[in-house]
Amino acid sequence: MNWLTLLMFLPLVGAAVVSVLPKANEKAAKQAAFITTIAVLLVTIGMTLSFERENVELQFVEKYAWIPSFGINFAVGIDAIALVLILMSTILAPIVVLAGWNEAHGGRWSVKTFYILILVLETMMIGVFAATDVFLFYVIFEAMLIPVYFLIGGYGTGERSAAAVKFLIYSLVGGLLMLASIIALYVMSGDQFGHTFDINELSQLQMSSTTQNLLFLGFFIAFAIKAPVWPFHTWLPDAAGSASPGTSVLLLGVLDKVGTFGMIRYCLTLFPEASKTFTPLILILAVISILYGAFLAIGQKDIKRLIAYTSISHFGFITLGIFAMTTQGHTGAVLYMFNHAFSTAALFLVAGWMISRRGSSTISDFGGLQRVTPVMAWTFFFAGLSSLALPGLSSFVSEFLVLVGTFTRYPVHAVIATFGIILAALYILIPVQKALHGPTTPGNENLKDLNLREKVAIAPVVAIIVVLGFYPSPLLKIINPATTNIISQLGFTDPVPSIEDK
Amino acid sequence: MTFTSPVLSYTLLSPMLILLGGALIGVLVEAFVSKAKRPIVQLTLALSVLTLALFQVWNIRGEQSLTPAMGSIIIDGPAVLLQGSILIISIIAILLIADTEHFTALPAALPGSEEERRAIAMGTQVTEVYPLTLFAVSGMLMFPVAGDLITLFVALEMLSLPLYLMAGLSRRRRLASQESALKYFLLGSFSSAFFLFGAAYLYGYSGSLDFAGIQTSVVGGTGNDVLLLIGIAFLSIGLLFKVGAVPFHSWAPDVYQGAPTPVTAFMAAATKVAAFGAMLRIYYTVFANAEWSWSPVLTAIAVITMLLGSLVAVTQRDVKRMLAYSSIAHAGFLLTGVIALNKSGLDATIFYLFAYGITTVGAFAVVTLVRDSSGEVTDLNRWKGLGKRSPFAASTFAFFLLAFAGIPLTSGFIGKFSIFSAAYESGATGLVLVAIFSSALAAFFYIRVIVLMFFSDASEDGTGVEIPSLLTRSTIVVSAAITLILGVYPTPIINFISDLAIFIR
Repeated sequence: MNWLTLLMFLPLVGAAVVSVLPKANEKAAKQAAFITTIAVLLVTIGMTLSFERENVELQFVEKYAWIPSFGINFAVGIDAIALVLILMSTILAPIVVLAGWNEAHGGRWSVKTFYILILVLETMMIGVFAATDVFLFYVIFEAMLIPVYFLIGGYGTGERSAAAVKFLIYSLVGGLLMLASIIALYVMSGDQFGHTFDINELSQLQMSSTTQNLLFLGFFIAFAIKAPVWPFHTWLPDAAGSASPGTSVLLLGVLDKVGTFGMIRYCLTLFPEASKTFTPLILILAVISILYGAFLAIGQKDIKRLIAYTSISHFGFITLGIFAMTTQGHTGAVLYMFNHAFSTAALFLVAGWMISRRGSSTISDFGGLQRVTPVMAWTFFFAGLSSLALPGLSSFVSEFLVLVGTFTRYPVHAVIATFGIILAALYILIPVQKALHGPTTPGNENLKDLNLREKVAIAPVVAIIVVLGFYPSPLLKIINPATTNIISQLGFTDPVPSIEDK
Repeated sequence: MTFTSPVLSYTLLSPMLILLGGALIGVLVEAFVSKAKRPIVQLTLALSVLTLALFQVWNIRGEQSLTPAMGSIIIDGPAVLLQGSILIISIIAILLIADTEHFTALPAALPGSEEERRAIAMGTQVTEVYPLTLFAVSGMLMFPVAGDLITLFVALEMLSLPLYLMAGLSRRRRLASQESALKYFLLGSFSSAFFLFGAAYLYGYSGSLDFAGIQTSVVGGTGNDVLLLIGIAFLSIGLLFKVGAVPFHSWAPDVYQGAPTPVTAFMAAATKVAAFGAMLRIYYTVFANAEWSWSPVLTAIAVITMLLGSLVAVTQRDVKRMLAYSSIAHAGFLLTGVIALNKSGLDATIFYLFAYGITTVGAFAVVTLVRDSSGEVTDLNRWKGLGKRSPFAASTFAFFLLAFAGIPLTSGFIGKFSIFSAAYESGATGLVLVAIFSSALAAFFYIRVIVLMFFSDASEDGTGVEIPSLLTRSTIVVSAAITLILGVYPTPIINFISDLAIFIR
């Protein structure tokens, strides 16, 4: 069964259906979009069930000639890491559609257009993780920018067009750097064994260390902008601050993961030596991201920008886990990617509901929500706890794994990064205290609590956070063989934890 | 002295002959057909002539001959590809030219004169533009297939002279249009003089005017290199002027802006194909063995062309001027394909020319739609909020801009990828990096326009979008479809090009 093409094809069908619906019938567009995303989710679950856990090779491989004269194929296939990320994306999509049921109404264009963009984006989100042809990956990587650009610029708030442009320009510049590296890979493959873009074949390329370092940088900077890692992060707070909550969830939850996913799939596989060369530098950037994101989050007055900065901190942890080059670090990083998507989704969605009810995104405008809207307040509190990695919630497991995995090889980095956890308590608990507790701010008395649709939308997110907090092993079992394989392919063995007598 | 009658291979020459014949009939139509019927007769004639020529090009696609016209013309794979591209672009462009309202009623009348008012009142339409177009197209067909310097020069003049006239035919802002025509003419003649000067030196160097003779001398390396260098330099100036490479680009923005938009579309797209076609033939065959002499200079020119085109475009406030600078930047990208001097460079350049030409025609076609009571509106500030007023115009224009910027799933991306990888393959790593840097710069101003159209609130100043006529709509739709298809599934056309694109010498 062609799982992956089916998955990529389904949202497009949905988009086509939505596009022929009458413009006036907004409800039908929403329903069609929701049904499509649910169908995609079901197919993904089916695919996950038939995934062979112990097999570290790419699975569900499909390959069709696309531009044979350049050696370009439409080639897809997934390993465990890609599977987890696809699962994450397809779970988030229906939640976003349901949670943001009325999100498209303040937009520049019709509701219909909003859902067409979302569905097209879903195809690309699946494709970008599934691609095994570097050219195909690049095409989707770049083409994805367009729907997001229109989602931010068309349905966002505030300085939405400036934010959209900033996002697009940053991403395009990164993409072009990657294009330069891809062209070099392509030409070298032509010299050595015939033109190809197949990632497995390209990883066999012989190249000098200088070449490898330069090409690595082309890829890494593109991914670091996407992720975003300090100092390439400045577009994110603007974009997330302006985008609608649903778009922000997809942007931070899924699109930014393409950056960290790319680091594993492309940087490490294609340029193992260069990855090792740059590891010390990247680890420093990661630690800076953790602390910088956390410090700036503490100072934010705008709730959406606050969440964006917490994400910069979290992406620091993910990058740290990837480049610590230990199995635990890697497993933690992949799990972190998955968990971060849901804790951020919870934060953004509830924040979005708070903002749309209050008409303001400034934290100090809220206050006493706990009394007025208890369900919303407690959900927000819960999302915050998940974001600060409270033990018992899913983020704790992944953060712990990353720190342990880092400590065995880079103890100093791990210790400094741990301060990020303390700061996390500050940046979450301060706004929680301001917004939820204390006296009810005038103007908030009549806010409505979550309605049934909103409760249904947030329930699966809460469930995933709790279940994976207590029982992460189903996911870990999927992820572990793949990360073990990557680490051993890179020639690393995990340091044996030891207690030395001094 | 005995006279040998020339042996002509009419089949191979037929595309050009058909075009010339059609142009001459067009002149007769002007003289003998009544005013009312002229537009439809001329359009039918032009379309059928172009289609017939395209059909003939298709028929001779496998042919190779050095002597279809006693050595003056060379027909081979690239010739067929380039002629085909020019004809397809012309067919699409002529639909745009055929749309009324763009051309002055009476070119001979002074702007603002009583005579002009009367002509406008009578509803006269200028139909001379059709035979002029056909003449220009026949010159363009001949330019990339010329086999000696004289034919090359004749073709150059034949394509240029009608264009000079056409640039001055605008209905609105006639003075600006005429000024641009004059500027184009003066600078164009100047560059033609350079071209001839170079040709003379090459004759002095090799004792021959045909490409084969010059090439033999270059390969033999026995001649005086100083003559060769001067010859190549001046010949190149003539060619670089036509493609609008820096520092020979100064005419482009004014002419693009002043000329009637359909003419700009035709000129920008088709002239580039013809001129780059000639450059490819000359650098890939005649001067291939003298790469040392032209490659460094051309590299420098490509670098400044890409950078300056992209940089200056950022500051433009007029959509036609912006597209002019963008076309300058694209000339730079195309030059990297010429410099590559390998088979993939040749394939890539031909593909890029075709893709870029189609997109250009489409983009200018959209420009013709945005109007107010006094004609086209090209001030970018007044394009604000176009997305609200006309989703069709704004979204197709945005799509063309994305293609110019080289975003994946458009023909522009495949073109850029193939041309850059060809240049990289030839070892021009630095050039590729500059090209990629310029692409990033260029993306900025393309995106700025998209922002204006979609994310800015509309200005209430009467700028409207005309409902496109059937002809203009077909131009836009066909261009957009080709741009998309070439971006999503370019395999057939890439294979077709790479099978055919082999120069014979």
